[in-house]
Amino acid sequence: MISMPRIISPHHAQKIMNVVLWGVGFLAIVILIIIIGYILYNGLPQFSLEFIFGNPVGSGESGGIWPMIVSTFYVTFIALIVATPLGVLAAIWLAEYAGESNLVKAIRFAAETLASIPSIVFGLFGLTFFVVFLQMGFSVLSGGLTLALMAIPTILRTAEVSIEAVPQSYKEGSLALGASKWQTIYRVVIPAAIPGITTGIILGMARAIEETAAILYTVGAALAIPMSIWDPARPLPLHLYILATEGVSLPNAYGTAAVLVLIILIITISTNYLVEKYTKKMMGR
Amino acid sequence: MARNWEEFLVEKVLLLAAISSIIIILLIIGFVIQQGLPAMEQVGPLNFIFGMDWSPSYNIYGVFPMIVGSLGMMTLALIFAVPLSIFGAIFLAEVAPKTMRRILKPTIETLAGIPSVVYGFFGLIVLVPFMRIHFGGSGFSMLTASIILTVMVLPTILSISEDALRSIPLEYKEASLALGATHWQTIKNVIFPAALPGIVTGIILGMGRAIGETMAVIMVAGNTPIIPGSILEPARALTSNIALEMGYALGLHYNALFATGIVLLMMIIVLLVITNYINYKRKVTVGGGYL
Repeated sequence: MISMPRIISPHHAQKIMNVVLWGVGFLAIVILIIIIGYILYNGLPQFSLEFIFGNPVGSGESGGIWPMIVSTFYVTFIALIVATPLGVLAAIWLAEYAGESNLVKAIRFAAETLASIPSIVFGLFGLTFFVVFLQMGFSVLSGGLTLALMAIPTILRTAEVSIEAVPQSYKEGSLALGASKWQTIYRVVIPAAIPGITTGIILGMARAIEETAAILYTVGAALAIPMSIWDPARPLPLHLYILATEGVSLPNAYGTAAVLVLIILIITISTNYLVEKYTKKMMGR
Repeated sequence: MARNWEEFLVEKVLLLAAISSIIIILLIIGFVIQQGLPAMEQVGPLNFIFGMDWSPSYNIYGVFPMIVGSLGMMTLALIFAVPLSIFGAIFLAEVAPKTMRRILKPTIETLAGIPSVVYGFFGLIVLVPFMRIHFGGSGFSMLTASIILTVMVLPTILSISEDALRSIPLEYKEASLALGATHWQTIKNVIFPAALPGIVTGIILGMGRAIGETMAVIMVAGNTPIIPGSILEPARALTSNIALEMGYALGLHYNALFATGIVLLMMIIVLLVITNYINYKRKVTVGGGYL
Protein backbone atom coordinates (compact mmCIF):
# COMPACT_ATOMS: atom_id res chain seq x y z
CA MET A 1 0.00 0.00 0.00
CA ILE A 2 1.22 3.55 -0.75
CA SER A 3 2.37 5.09 2.50
CA MET A 4 0.25 8.01 3.55
CA PRO A 5 1.44 10.80 5.83
CA ARG A 6 0.90 9.45 9.29
CA ILE A 7 -1.64 11.50 11.26
CA ILE A 8 -2.15 8.96 14.02
CA SER A 9 0.61 6.69 15.21
CA PRO A 10 -0.04 2.95 14.75
CA HIS A 11 -0.02 2.58 18.49
CA HIS A 12 -2.83 5.10 18.92
CA ALA A 13 -4.76 3.71 15.96
CA GLN A 14 -4.68 0.34 17.67
CA LYS A 15 -6.17 1.81 20.84
CA ILE A 16 -8.88 3.75 18.99
CA MET A 17 -9.88 0.74 16.91
CA ASN A 18 -10.12 -1.47 19.99
CA VAL A 19 -12.64 0.97 21.45
CA VAL A 20 -14.59 1.11 18.16
CA LEU A 21 -14.69 -2.68 17.77
CA TRP A 22 -15.79 -3.28 21.36
CA GLY A 23 -18.38 -0.54 20.92
CA VAL A 24 -19.91 -2.23 17.86
CA GLY A 25 -19.96 -5.56 19.69
CA PHE A 26 -21.85 -4.04 22.59
CA LEU A 27 -24.17 -2.16 20.23
CA ALA A 28 -25.44 -5.46 18.76
CA ILE A 29 -26.21 -6.74 22.25
CA VAL A 30 -27.91 -3.46 23.22
CA ILE A 31 -30.13 -3.52 20.10
CA LEU A 32 -31.24 -7.06 20.86
CA ILE A 33 -31.95 -6.28 24.51
CA ILE A 34 -33.98 -3.18 23.58
CA ILE A 35 -36.15 -5.00 21.02
CA ILE A 36 -36.70 -8.22 22.98
CA GLY A 37 -36.93 -6.39 26.30
CA TYR A 38 -39.54 -3.97 24.97
CA ILE A 39 -41.70 -6.72 23.48
CA LEU A 40 -41.48 -8.98 26.54
CA TYR A 41 -41.93 -6.10 29.02
CA ASN A 42 -45.17 -5.10 27.34
CA GLY A 43 -46.25 -8.56 26.24
CA LEU A 44 -45.67 -10.81 29.25
CA PRO A 45 -48.22 -8.96 31.46
CA GLN A 46 -50.87 -9.95 28.86
CA PHE A 47 -50.21 -13.64 29.48
CA SER A 48 -52.91 -15.54 31.29
CA LEU A 49 -54.55 -18.91 30.89
CA GLU A 50 -57.38 -17.16 29.11
CA PHE A 51 -55.03 -15.40 26.69
CA ILE A 52 -53.09 -18.53 25.71
CA PHE A 53 -55.94 -21.07 25.74
CA GLY A 54 -58.94 -18.85 25.01
CA ASN A 55 -60.68 -18.04 21.74
CA PRO A 56 -60.51 -14.50 20.37
CA VAL A 57 -63.52 -12.30 20.99
CA GLY A 58 -64.76 -10.31 17.99
CA SER A 59 -61.86 -9.96 15.55
CA GLY A 60 -59.29 -10.22 18.33
CA GLU A 61 -60.13 -7.10 20.38
CA SER A 62 -59.98 -9.25 23.47
CA GLY A 63 -59.90 -12.90 24.37
CA GLY A 64 -57.15 -15.34 23.54
CA ILE A 65 -54.97 -16.68 20.74
CA TRP A 66 -55.42 -20.46 21.06
CA PRO A 67 -56.68 -20.92 17.46
CA MET A 68 -53.59 -19.04 16.21
CA ILE A 69 -51.25 -21.23 18.21
CA VAL A 70 -52.99 -24.33 16.80
CA SER A 71 -52.82 -22.86 13.27
CA THR A 72 -49.11 -22.15 13.60
CA PHE A 73 -48.57 -25.71 14.79
CA TYR A 74 -50.53 -27.19 11.85
CA VAL A 75 -48.89 -25.20 9.04
CA THR A 76 -45.43 -25.78 10.53
CA PHE A 77 -46.11 -29.49 10.85
CA ILE A 78 -47.20 -29.77 7.20
CA ALA A 79 -44.20 -27.74 6.08
CA LEU A 80 -41.77 -30.00 7.95
CA ILE A 81 -43.39 -33.28 6.89
CA VAL A 82 -42.87 -32.26 3.27
CA ALA A 83 -39.59 -30.35 3.49
CA THR A 84 -37.63 -32.70 5.79
CA PRO A 85 -37.50 -35.79 3.53
CA LEU A 86 -36.89 -33.68 0.41
CA GLY A 87 -34.16 -31.60 2.08
CA VAL A 88 -32.39 -34.45 3.86
CA LEU A 89 -32.48 -36.90 0.93
CA ALA A 90 -31.23 -34.20 -1.43
CA ALA A 91 -28.44 -33.41 1.04
CA ILE A 92 -27.40 -37.08 1.16
CA TRP A 93 -27.25 -37.22 -2.60
CA LEU A 94 -25.25 -33.99 -2.88
CA ALA A 95 -22.82 -34.99 -0.13
CA GLU A 96 -22.32 -38.67 -0.96
CA TYR A 97 -23.26 -39.40 -4.57
CA ALA A 98 -22.84 -36.20 -6.56
CA GLY A 99 -19.61 -35.43 -8.33
CA GLU A 100 -18.92 -32.19 -10.12
CA SER A 101 -21.33 -32.39 -13.04
CA ASN A 102 -23.42 -29.65 -14.61
CA LEU A 103 -26.49 -31.22 -13.01
CA VAL A 104 -24.96 -30.75 -9.57
CA LYS A 105 -24.19 -27.11 -10.38
CA ALA A 106 -27.77 -26.62 -11.55
CA ILE A 107 -29.14 -28.20 -8.35
CA ARG A 108 -26.95 -25.99 -6.18
CA PHE A 109 -27.93 -22.85 -8.09
CA ALA A 110 -31.61 -23.85 -7.80
CA ALA A 111 -31.31 -24.38 -4.03
CA GLU A 112 -29.54 -21.03 -3.65
CA THR A 113 -32.21 -19.28 -5.71
CA LEU A 114 -34.89 -20.96 -3.62
CA ALA A 115 -33.18 -19.64 -0.48
CA SER A 116 -33.12 -16.06 -1.72
CA ILE A 117 -36.48 -15.65 -3.46
CA PRO A 118 -38.48 -13.03 -1.53
CA SER A 119 -41.16 -14.59 0.65
CA ILE A 120 -43.93 -12.58 -1.02
CA VAL A 121 -43.03 -14.26 -4.34
CA PHE A 122 -43.52 -17.64 -2.63
CA GLY A 123 -46.86 -16.22 -1.54
CA LEU A 124 -47.73 -15.33 -5.15
CA PHE A 125 -46.77 -18.82 -6.28
CA GLY A 126 -48.74 -20.44 -3.47
CA LEU A 127 -51.78 -18.39 -4.44
CA THR A 128 -51.70 -19.21 -8.14
CA PHE A 129 -50.45 -22.83 -7.81
CA PHE A 130 -51.85 -24.37 -4.60
CA VAL A 131 -54.90 -22.17 -3.99
CA VAL A 132 -56.12 -21.68 -7.57
CA PHE A 133 -54.48 -24.22 -9.91
CA LEU A 134 -54.61 -27.26 -7.58
CA GLN A 135 -57.88 -25.97 -6.10
CA MET A 136 -56.80 -26.35 -2.49
CA GLY A 137 -58.41 -23.02 -1.61
CA PHE A 138 -57.27 -20.77 1.22
CA SER A 139 -56.34 -23.54 3.63
CA VAL A 140 -53.88 -24.95 6.12
CA LEU A 141 -52.66 -27.24 3.32
CA SER A 142 -51.94 -24.41 0.83
CA GLY A 143 -50.14 -22.39 3.51
CA GLY A 144 -48.18 -25.37 4.84
CA LEU A 145 -47.02 -26.44 1.37
CA THR A 146 -45.93 -22.88 0.52
CA LEU A 147 -43.90 -22.79 3.75
CA ALA A 148 -42.43 -26.21 2.91
CA LEU A 149 -40.89 -24.80 -0.27
CA MET A 150 -39.21 -22.09 1.81
CA ALA A 151 -37.89 -24.53 4.42
CA ILE A 152 -36.29 -26.95 1.91
CA PRO A 153 -33.11 -24.95 1.18
CA THR A 154 -32.49 -24.29 4.90
CA ILE A 155 -32.75 -27.98 5.78
CA LEU A 156 -30.78 -29.02 2.70
CA ARG A 157 -27.79 -26.78 3.34
CA THR A 158 -27.45 -27.53 7.07
CA ALA A 159 -27.88 -31.28 6.52
CA GLU A 160 -25.35 -31.30 3.67
CA VAL A 161 -22.70 -29.52 5.75
CA SER A 162 -23.16 -31.94 8.65
CA ILE A 163 -23.04 -35.03 6.42
CA GLU A 164 -19.85 -33.77 4.79
CA ALA A 165 -18.33 -33.21 8.25
CA VAL A 166 -18.55 -36.93 9.11
CA PRO A 167 -14.93 -38.16 9.15
CA GLN A 168 -13.83 -40.16 6.12
CA SER A 169 -12.42 -42.83 8.44
CA TYR A 170 -15.94 -43.75 9.64
CA LYS A 171 -16.99 -44.54 6.09
CA GLU A 172 -13.80 -46.40 5.27
CA GLY A 173 -14.21 -48.51 8.39
CA SER A 174 -17.72 -49.49 7.42
CA LEU A 175 -16.89 -50.15 3.77
CA ALA A 176 -13.88 -52.26 4.81
CA LEU A 177 -16.22 -54.49 6.83
CA GLY A 178 -18.06 -55.28 3.60
CA ALA A 179 -21.03 -52.93 3.99
CA SER A 180 -22.50 -51.52 0.80
CA LYS A 181 -22.54 -47.78 0.13
CA TRP A 182 -26.17 -47.31 1.19
CA GLN A 183 -25.69 -49.49 4.30
CA THR A 184 -22.74 -47.28 5.24
CA ILE A 185 -24.74 -44.11 4.73
CA TYR A 186 -27.78 -45.46 6.54
CA ARG A 187 -26.01 -47.10 9.50
CA VAL A 188 -22.88 -44.95 9.92
CA VAL A 189 -23.01 -41.57 8.18
CA ILE A 190 -26.56 -40.51 9.03
CA PRO A 191 -26.41 -41.47 12.73
CA ALA A 192 -23.16 -39.51 13.04
CA ALA A 193 -24.72 -36.50 11.30
CA ILE A 194 -28.03 -36.58 13.19
CA PRO A 195 -27.36 -33.59 15.48
CA GLY A 196 -26.53 -31.43 12.44
CA ILE A 197 -29.55 -32.69 10.52
CA THR A 198 -31.77 -31.96 13.54
CA THR A 199 -30.36 -28.44 13.72
CA GLY A 200 -31.29 -27.98 10.06
CA ILE A 201 -34.85 -29.18 10.70
CA ILE A 202 -35.20 -26.82 13.67
CA LEU A 203 -33.95 -23.90 11.56
CA GLY A 204 -36.45 -24.84 8.84
CA MET A 205 -39.13 -24.92 11.52
CA ALA A 206 -38.14 -21.43 12.68
CA ARG A 207 -38.43 -20.19 9.13
CA ALA A 208 -41.95 -21.65 8.85
CA ILE A 209 -43.09 -20.28 12.22
CA GLU A 210 -41.95 -16.70 11.64
CA GLU A 211 -43.07 -16.33 8.03
CA THR A 212 -45.96 -14.00 7.22
CA ALA A 213 -45.77 -12.76 3.63
CA ALA A 214 -45.84 -16.27 2.14
CA ILE A 215 -49.04 -17.21 3.97
CA LEU A 216 -50.80 -13.85 3.64
CA TYR A 217 -52.70 -15.01 0.54
CA THR A 218 -52.55 -18.78 0.91
CA VAL A 219 -53.84 -19.67 4.37
CA GLY A 220 -56.85 -17.37 4.63
CA ALA A 221 -57.35 -15.50 7.91
CA ALA A 222 -60.12 -17.38 9.71
CA LEU A 223 -60.38 -16.86 13.46
CA ALA A 224 -61.72 -20.34 14.27
CA ILE A 225 -59.59 -23.39 15.01
CA PRO A 226 -59.05 -25.25 11.69
CA MET A 227 -60.76 -28.65 11.86
CA SER A 228 -59.05 -30.17 8.81
CA ILE A 229 -56.23 -29.34 6.44
CA TRP A 230 -58.81 -27.89 4.03
CA ASP A 231 -59.93 -25.20 6.49
CA PRO A 232 -58.55 -21.67 6.46
CA ALA A 233 -56.50 -20.62 9.48
CA ARG A 234 -54.62 -17.68 10.97
CA PRO A 235 -51.11 -18.44 12.25
CA LEU A 236 -49.53 -16.20 14.92
CA PRO A 237 -47.47 -13.83 12.73
CA LEU A 238 -50.45 -13.17 10.47
CA HIS A 239 -52.60 -12.48 13.54
CA LEU A 240 -50.00 -10.01 14.85
CA TYR A 241 -49.88 -8.26 11.47
CA ILE A 242 -53.66 -7.86 11.36
CA LEU A 243 -53.91 -6.75 15.00
CA ALA A 244 -51.15 -4.17 14.58
CA THR A 245 -51.96 -2.69 11.17
CA GLU A 246 -55.73 -2.60 11.55
CA GLY A 247 -55.42 -1.20 15.07
CA VAL A 248 -57.58 -3.96 16.55
CA SER A 249 -55.96 -4.32 19.94
CA LEU A 250 -52.58 -3.14 21.14
CA PRO A 251 -52.43 -5.29 24.31
CA ASN A 252 -53.23 -8.46 22.35
CA ALA A 253 -50.67 -7.48 19.71
CA TYR A 254 -48.02 -7.17 22.44
CA GLY A 255 -49.03 -10.55 23.84
CA THR A 256 -48.89 -12.25 20.42
CA ALA A 257 -45.49 -10.67 19.67
CA ALA A 258 -44.20 -11.90 23.04
CA VAL A 259 -45.33 -15.47 22.25
CA LEU A 260 -43.46 -15.31 18.92
CA VAL A 261 -40.32 -13.91 20.55
CA LEU A 262 -40.38 -16.64 23.22
CA ILE A 263 -40.72 -19.36 20.57
CA ILE A 264 -37.73 -17.95 18.67
CA LEU A 265 -35.66 -17.68 21.89
CA ILE A 266 -36.39 -21.33 22.74
CA ILE A 267 -35.42 -22.39 19.21
CA THR A 268 -32.16 -20.42 19.24
CA ILE A 269 -31.15 -21.76 22.64
CA SER A 270 -31.93 -25.37 21.72
CA THR A 271 -30.04 -25.21 18.40
CA ASN A 272 -27.05 -23.73 20.20
CA TYR A 273 -27.17 -26.54 22.73
CA LEU A 274 -27.35 -29.14 19.95
CA VAL A 275 -24.48 -27.62 17.99
CA GLU A 276 -22.30 -27.46 21.10
CA LYS A 277 -23.04 -31.08 21.94
CA TYR A 278 -22.31 -32.10 18.38
CA THR A 279 -19.00 -30.27 18.18
CA LYS A 280 -17.91 -31.81 21.47
CA LYS A 281 -18.84 -35.28 20.21
CA MET A 282 -16.96 -34.82 16.95
CA MET A 283 -13.92 -33.22 18.56
CA GLY A 284 -13.82 -35.78 21.37
CA ARG A 285 -12.82 -38.64 19.07
CA MET B 1 -28.07 -59.10 -7.26
CA ALA B 2 -30.86 -57.90 -4.96
CA ARG B 3 -28.30 -55.71 -3.19
CA ASN B 4 -27.38 -54.03 -6.46
CA TRP B 5 -30.99 -53.28 -7.25
CA GLU B 6 -31.47 -51.78 -3.85
CA GLU B 7 -28.40 -49.58 -4.24
CA PHE B 8 -29.57 -48.49 -7.67
CA LEU B 9 -33.08 -47.68 -6.44
CA VAL B 10 -31.83 -45.72 -3.43
CA GLU B 11 -29.57 -43.60 -5.59
CA LYS B 12 -32.41 -42.77 -7.96
CA VAL B 13 -34.73 -41.78 -5.10
CA LEU B 14 -32.05 -39.52 -3.64
CA LEU B 15 -31.39 -38.01 -7.04
CA LEU B 16 -35.10 -37.31 -7.43
CA ALA B 17 -35.15 -35.45 -4.10
CA ALA B 18 -32.13 -33.41 -5.19
CA ILE B 19 -33.75 -32.54 -8.52
CA SER B 20 -36.92 -31.37 -6.75
CA SER B 21 -35.21 -28.03 -6.05
CA ILE B 22 -34.85 -27.46 -9.79
CA ILE B 23 -38.46 -28.51 -10.44
CA ILE B 24 -39.77 -26.18 -7.72
CA ILE B 25 -37.76 -23.22 -9.01
CA LEU B 26 -38.99 -23.81 -12.57
CA LEU B 27 -42.60 -24.11 -11.33
CA ILE B 28 -42.31 -20.86 -9.35
CA ILE B 29 -40.75 -18.92 -12.21
CA GLY B 30 -43.14 -20.47 -14.74
CA PHE B 31 -46.33 -19.75 -12.80
CA VAL B 32 -45.36 -16.23 -11.77
CA ILE B 33 -44.39 -15.35 -15.35
CA GLN B 34 -47.53 -16.95 -16.78
CA GLN B 35 -49.72 -14.84 -14.46
CA GLY B 36 -47.67 -11.67 -14.87
CA LEU B 37 -47.11 -11.74 -18.60
CA PRO B 38 -50.60 -10.55 -19.62
CA ALA B 39 -50.02 -7.31 -17.70
CA MET B 40 -46.52 -6.88 -19.12
CA GLU B 41 -47.91 -7.37 -22.63
CA GLN B 42 -50.90 -5.09 -22.23
CA VAL B 43 -49.00 -2.27 -20.56
CA GLY B 44 -45.76 -2.84 -22.44
CA PRO B 45 -42.68 -4.03 -20.54
CA LEU B 46 -40.93 -0.65 -20.73
CA ASN B 47 -44.03 1.29 -19.69
CA PHE B 48 -44.50 -1.15 -16.85
CA ILE B 49 -40.96 -0.91 -15.52
CA PHE B 50 -40.38 2.81 -16.16
CA GLY B 51 -43.95 4.06 -15.74
CA MET B 52 -44.19 6.73 -13.05
CA ASP B 53 -47.85 6.18 -12.23
CA TRP B 54 -49.49 3.36 -10.33
CA SER B 55 -53.24 3.86 -10.22
CA PRO B 56 -55.12 0.57 -10.53
CA SER B 57 -58.50 2.33 -10.57
CA TYR B 58 -57.51 3.96 -13.90
CA ASN B 59 -55.77 0.82 -15.16
CA ILE B 60 -52.41 2.58 -15.17
CA TYR B 61 -49.56 0.36 -14.02
CA GLY B 62 -45.99 1.66 -13.69
CA VAL B 63 -43.70 0.29 -11.00
CA PHE B 64 -40.82 2.75 -11.28
CA PRO B 65 -41.65 4.53 -7.99
CA MET B 66 -41.58 1.14 -6.25
CA ILE B 67 -38.27 0.21 -7.86
CA VAL B 68 -36.87 3.52 -6.57
CA GLY B 69 -38.44 2.79 -3.18
CA SER B 70 -36.98 -0.72 -2.93
CA LEU B 71 -33.51 0.31 -4.13
CA GLY B 72 -33.53 3.47 -1.97
CA MET B 73 -34.40 1.64 1.23
CA MET B 74 -31.87 -1.06 0.42
CA THR B 75 -29.09 1.48 -0.23
CA LEU B 76 -29.80 3.40 2.98
CA ALA B 77 -29.94 0.19 5.00
CA LEU B 78 -26.60 -0.92 3.54
CA ILE B 79 -24.98 2.45 4.33
CA PHE B 80 -25.80 1.81 7.99
CA ALA B 81 -25.39 -1.96 8.07
CA VAL B 82 -22.16 -2.51 6.12
CA PRO B 83 -19.74 -0.62 8.41
CA LEU B 84 -21.48 -1.98 11.52
CA SER B 85 -21.37 -5.57 10.29
CA ILE B 86 -17.77 -5.39 9.10
CA PHE B 87 -16.58 -3.94 12.42
CA GLY B 88 -18.73 -6.48 14.24
CA ALA B 89 -17.26 -9.31 12.19
CA ILE B 90 -13.69 -8.10 12.80
CA PHE B 91 -14.49 -7.87 16.50
CA LEU B 92 -15.84 -11.42 16.59
CA ALA B 93 -13.11 -12.96 14.48
CA GLU B 94 -10.07 -11.10 15.80
CA VAL B 95 -10.60 -9.18 19.02
CA ALA B 96 -13.41 -10.60 21.15
CA PRO B 97 -12.39 -12.84 24.05
CA LYS B 98 -14.08 -16.22 24.37
CA THR B 99 -16.79 -15.17 26.84
CA MET B 100 -17.77 -12.19 24.68
CA ARG B 101 -18.04 -14.47 21.65
CA ARG B 102 -20.25 -16.85 23.59
CA ILE B 103 -22.66 -13.99 24.27
CA LEU B 104 -22.43 -12.28 20.90
CA LYS B 105 -22.94 -15.33 18.65
CA PRO B 106 -26.39 -16.27 20.05
CA THR B 107 -27.27 -12.56 20.13
CA ILE B 108 -26.74 -12.31 16.38
CA GLU B 109 -28.55 -15.60 15.74
CA THR B 110 -31.53 -14.33 17.70
CA LEU B 111 -31.52 -11.04 15.76
CA ALA B 112 -31.63 -13.15 12.58
CA GLY B 113 -34.47 -15.27 13.94
CA ILE B 114 -36.87 -12.58 15.16
CA PRO B 115 -39.93 -12.70 12.85
CA SER B 116 -40.16 -9.81 10.42
CA VAL B 117 -43.67 -8.93 11.66
CA VAL B 118 -42.20 -8.46 15.13
CA TYR B 119 -39.60 -6.08 13.69
CA GLY B 120 -42.39 -4.28 11.85
CA PHE B 121 -44.49 -4.13 15.00
CA PHE B 122 -41.56 -2.75 17.03
CA GLY B 123 -40.94 -0.18 14.28
CA LEU B 124 -44.59 0.83 14.20
CA ILE B 125 -44.91 1.22 17.97
CA VAL B 126 -41.49 2.62 18.88
CA LEU B 127 -39.56 3.92 15.88
CA VAL B 128 -42.36 5.65 13.93
CA PRO B 129 -43.41 7.88 16.88
CA PHE B 130 -39.74 8.56 17.61
CA MET B 131 -39.14 9.72 14.01
CA ARG B 132 -42.34 11.77 14.05
CA ILE B 133 -41.18 13.69 17.12
CA HIS B 134 -37.56 14.19 16.07
CA PHE B 135 -37.77 14.58 12.30
CA GLY B 136 -41.34 15.76 11.76
CA GLY B 137 -43.77 14.43 9.17
CA SER B 138 -45.81 11.33 9.80
CA GLY B 139 -42.85 9.23 10.97
CA PHE B 140 -43.59 6.68 8.23
CA SER B 141 -40.68 7.10 5.85
CA MET B 142 -37.94 5.52 3.77
CA LEU B 143 -35.49 6.32 6.59
CA THR B 144 -37.63 4.58 9.21
CA ALA B 145 -37.91 1.48 7.03
CA SER B 146 -34.18 1.42 6.35
CA ILE B 147 -33.34 1.61 10.06
CA ILE B 148 -35.45 -1.50 10.68
CA LEU B 149 -33.89 -3.14 7.60
CA THR B 150 -30.42 -2.35 8.97
CA VAL B 151 -31.07 -4.49 12.04
CA MET B 152 -32.53 -7.23 9.83
CA VAL B 153 -29.62 -7.48 7.34
CA LEU B 154 -26.91 -7.00 9.97
CA PRO B 155 -26.80 -10.68 11.04
CA THR B 156 -26.56 -11.87 7.41
CA ILE B 157 -23.63 -9.63 6.47
CA LEU B 158 -21.92 -10.04 9.83
CA SER B 159 -21.89 -13.83 10.01
CA ILE B 160 -20.76 -14.30 6.40
CA SER B 161 -18.01 -11.69 6.85
CA GLU B 162 -16.88 -13.39 10.04
CA ASP B 163 -16.58 -16.73 8.24
CA ALA B 164 -14.57 -15.02 5.51
CA LEU B 165 -12.22 -13.38 8.05
CA ARG B 166 -11.75 -16.67 9.88
CA SER B 167 -10.88 -18.59 6.72
CA ILE B 168 -7.75 -16.47 6.12
CA PRO B 169 -4.69 -18.69 6.71
CA LEU B 170 -2.96 -18.03 10.03
CA GLU B 171 0.41 -17.66 8.24
CA TYR B 172 -0.74 -14.37 6.67
CA LYS B 173 -1.41 -12.93 10.09
CA GLU B 174 1.74 -14.32 11.66
CA ALA B 175 3.95 -13.00 8.86
CA SER B 176 2.50 -9.51 9.22
CA LEU B 177 2.85 -9.49 13.02
CA ALA B 178 6.39 -10.80 12.73
CA LEU B 179 7.26 -7.81 10.55
CA GLY B 180 6.34 -5.58 13.48
CA ALA B 181 2.88 -4.49 12.34
CA THR B 182 0.33 -3.82 15.08
CA HIS B 183 -2.74 -6.02 15.31
CA TRP B 184 -4.93 -3.33 13.71
CA GLN B 185 -2.41 -2.74 10.89
CA THR B 186 -2.47 -6.49 10.27
CA ILE B 187 -6.26 -6.54 10.18
CA LYS B 188 -6.48 -3.49 7.92
CA ASN B 189 -3.69 -4.31 5.48
CA VAL B 190 -3.60 -8.11 5.42
CA ILE B 191 -6.63 -9.91 6.81
CA PHE B 192 -9.37 -7.58 5.56
CA PRO B 193 -8.16 -7.38 1.93
CA ALA B 194 -7.77 -11.17 1.79
CA ALA B 195 -11.30 -11.66 3.13
CA LEU B 196 -12.86 -9.02 0.88
CA PRO B 197 -14.49 -11.34 -1.70
CA GLY B 198 -16.27 -13.21 1.09
CA ILE B 199 -17.37 -9.94 2.67
CA VAL B 200 -18.72 -8.71 -0.66
CA THR B 201 -20.72 -11.94 -0.96
CA GLY B 202 -22.20 -11.22 2.45
CA ILE B 203 -23.11 -7.69 1.41
CA ILE B 204 -24.85 -8.91 -1.74
CA LEU B 205 -26.85 -11.49 0.24
CA GLY B 206 -27.78 -8.65 2.60
CA MET B 207 -28.97 -6.66 -0.44
CA GLY B 208 -31.17 -9.58 -1.43
CA ARG B 209 -32.63 -9.77 2.05
CA ALA B 210 -33.35 -6.02 2.10
CA ILE B 211 -35.04 -6.07 -1.32
CA GLY B 212 -37.07 -9.16 -0.44
CA GLU B 213 -38.31 -8.04 2.96
CA THR B 214 -42.06 -7.43 2.95
CA MET B 215 -43.84 -7.26 6.28
CA ALA B 216 -41.47 -5.04 8.27
CA VAL B 217 -41.28 -2.57 5.38
CA ILE B 218 -45.06 -2.41 4.89
CA MET B 219 -45.59 -1.55 8.53
CA VAL B 220 -43.22 1.45 8.70
CA ALA B 221 -42.57 2.83 5.18
CA GLY B 222 -45.86 4.66 4.60
CA ASN B 223 -46.43 2.92 1.23
CA THR B 224 -47.36 5.86 -1.04
CA PRO B 225 -46.65 4.78 -4.63
CA ILE B 226 -44.79 8.00 -5.51
CA ILE B 227 -41.06 8.62 -5.79
CA PRO B 228 -40.16 10.17 -2.43
CA GLY B 229 -38.70 13.69 -2.49
CA SER B 230 -36.46 12.98 0.48
CA ILE B 231 -35.57 10.07 2.73
CA LEU B 232 -38.00 11.47 5.32
CA GLU B 233 -40.97 10.97 3.00
CA PRO B 234 -42.99 7.77 2.72
CA ALA B 235 -42.20 5.31 -0.06
CA ARG B 236 -43.46 1.95 -1.27
CA ALA B 237 -41.34 -1.14 -1.95
CA LEU B 238 -42.03 -3.68 -4.74
CA THR B 239 -42.74 -6.37 -2.15
CA SER B 240 -45.19 -4.15 -0.28
CA ASN B 241 -46.98 -3.32 -3.52
CA ILE B 242 -47.88 -6.99 -3.95
CA ALA B 243 -48.79 -7.65 -0.32
CA LEU B 244 -50.92 -4.52 0.05
CA GLU B 245 -53.10 -4.94 -3.01
CA MET B 246 -53.34 -8.68 -3.63
CA GLY B 247 -56.28 -8.93 -1.24
CA TYR B 248 -58.68 -7.13 -3.55
CA ALA B 249 -56.97 -7.20 -6.98
CA LEU B 250 -58.96 -8.50 -9.95
CA GLY B 251 -58.31 -8.85 -13.69
CA LEU B 252 -55.42 -6.83 -15.07
CA HIS B 253 -54.62 -5.48 -11.60
CA TYR B 254 -54.09 -9.08 -10.38
CA ASN B 255 -51.77 -9.76 -13.32
CA ALA B 256 -49.91 -6.49 -12.72
CA LEU B 257 -49.09 -7.62 -9.18
CA PHE B 258 -47.62 -10.86 -10.54
CA ALA B 259 -45.66 -8.75 -13.02
CA THR B 260 -44.30 -6.85 -9.99
CA GLY B 261 -43.20 -10.28 -8.77
CA ILE B 262 -41.36 -10.84 -12.07
CA VAL B 263 -39.42 -7.58 -11.54
CA LEU B 264 -38.48 -8.74 -8.02
CA LEU B 265 -37.39 -12.15 -9.30
CA MET B 266 -35.18 -10.54 -11.96
CA MET B 267 -33.45 -8.36 -9.35
CA ILE B 268 -32.77 -11.34 -7.10
CA ILE B 269 -31.44 -13.50 -9.93
CA VAL B 270 -29.04 -10.72 -11.01
CA LEU B 271 -27.71 -10.53 -7.43
CA LEU B 272 -27.30 -14.34 -7.32
CA VAL B 273 -25.39 -14.45 -10.58
CA ILE B 274 -23.01 -11.77 -9.24
CA THR B 275 -22.38 -13.73 -5.99
CA ASN B 276 -21.73 -16.91 -7.92
CA TYR B 277 -19.26 -15.08 -10.14
CA ILE B 278 -17.42 -13.67 -7.11
CA ASN B 279 -17.31 -17.08 -5.44
CA TYR B 280 -16.00 -18.63 -8.63
CA LYS B 281 -13.23 -16.04 -8.87
CA ARG B 282 -12.40 -16.47 -5.20
CA LYS B 283 -12.04 -20.21 -5.58
CA VAL B 284 -9.63 -19.64 -8.43
CA THR B 285 -7.46 -16.99 -6.73
CA VAL B 286 -7.41 -17.88 -3.03
CA GLY B 287 -8.65 -21.44 -3.11
CA GLY B 288 -11.11 -20.71 -0.31
CA GLY B 289 -14.07 -22.97 0.37
CA TYR B 290 -17.55 -22.70 -0.99
CA LEU B 291 -20.10 -20.67 0.83
